[in-house]
Amino acid sequence: MGLREDQIERYSRQILLPRIGGKGQQKLLDARVLIIGAGGLGSPAALYLASAGIGRIGIVDSDKVELSNLQRQILHSTADLGRTKVDSAKDTLNAINQDAEVVPDQIRLTSENIMDIIAKYDIIIDGSDNFPTRYLVNDACVISGKPLVHGGIFRFDGQAMTILPGESACYRCLFPEPPPPGLVPSCQEAGILGAVAGIIGTMQANEVLKYILGIGNLLTGRLLIFNALDSSFRQVKVPRDPKCPVCSEKPTVTKLIDYEQFCSLRQKKEE
Amino acid sequence: MTENINKRLNLKGVSCPLNFVKTKLKLEEMQDKQILEVILDDGEPMKNVPRSIKEEGHKIIKVEKLPDGGFKLLIKKGGRKDG
Repeated sequence: MGLREDQIERYSRQILLPRIGGKGQQKLLDARVLIIGAGGLGSPAALYLASAGIGRIGIVDSDKVELSNLQRQILHSTADLGRTKVDSAKDTLNAINQDAEVVPDQIRLTSENIMDIIAKYDIIIDGSDNFPTRYLVNDACVISGKPLVHGGIFRFDGQAMTILPGESACYRCLFPEPPPPGLVPSCQEAGILGAVAGIIGTMQANEVLKYILGIGNLLTGRLLIFNALDSSFRQVKVPRDPKCPVCSEKPTVTKLIDYEQFCSLRQKKEE
Repeated sequence: MTENINKRLNLKGVSCPLNFVKTKLKLEEMQDKQILEVILDDGEPMKNVPRSIKEEGHKIIKVEKLPDGGFKLLIKKGGRKDG
């Protein structure tokens, strides 16, 4: 086994676990995980994955750190205000664990660039905060057969589901089309409790760890729903939709779509 | 009776649970039924490590007290494939 002495000690508490051991640790060190969004979901996910010794962590985010992010985006500190989120994320993760090579990518994902980016990774975490990116990521992962861990948060609620393209339901099996622009308030307008992001993002990291280790049962074919006010978890079965626009045998979505940006706040800012 | 020892691990001065982690990693590298010799300190290590080794399905076939107060264990690899 090629583990260094310091790695044996650093990862000892998970090497001890039945079904992980040195071989499992080596799988984690060899794994490549892409996290889309270094925000509320991406922060806890990245922290746990880097700590666990995931060998390469790609982080895509086009934004800079703002004061209103810090209530939930625990990768970033007050000193990081104004920096790009991906640079801030890289510094935070490197400070925890140099074993995790962090690949920062400060871009907005589009139908043009997403396929090349996801191709370099074994599994994708969607921690995006808007519908255009969520559908783009789902479609790109389904079309290229990449496992995807979806997460979403809204006010006091959160949800998560793992998608193994061709095997389990995808996001469009659940919601075939995005809502029309303006109908659903974006995360920025609706508000969010930071701990909800922590719970769902951590759940996404846990799914990735299980997938890489090949242990346990993934959240496939079932949507996990968390409510913070009740402290309740429930699960809804999500069968594959034989008429799914993207993952059925006769898909209507065969190339990637750049949906309009929904968030009116963001539109104003970018104008 | 002499056993054919395949690997040796001296864990004197290595505290819990790192001593077991190292034992577990060494056993992972070995074939079923091969023998690992481990030297452990008395006290916490002797209380914990043999139990953990057995929990993972390996067999402790010999325990020998050493003159310096430590213990020499012979472990026969067995147990779960997913360990």
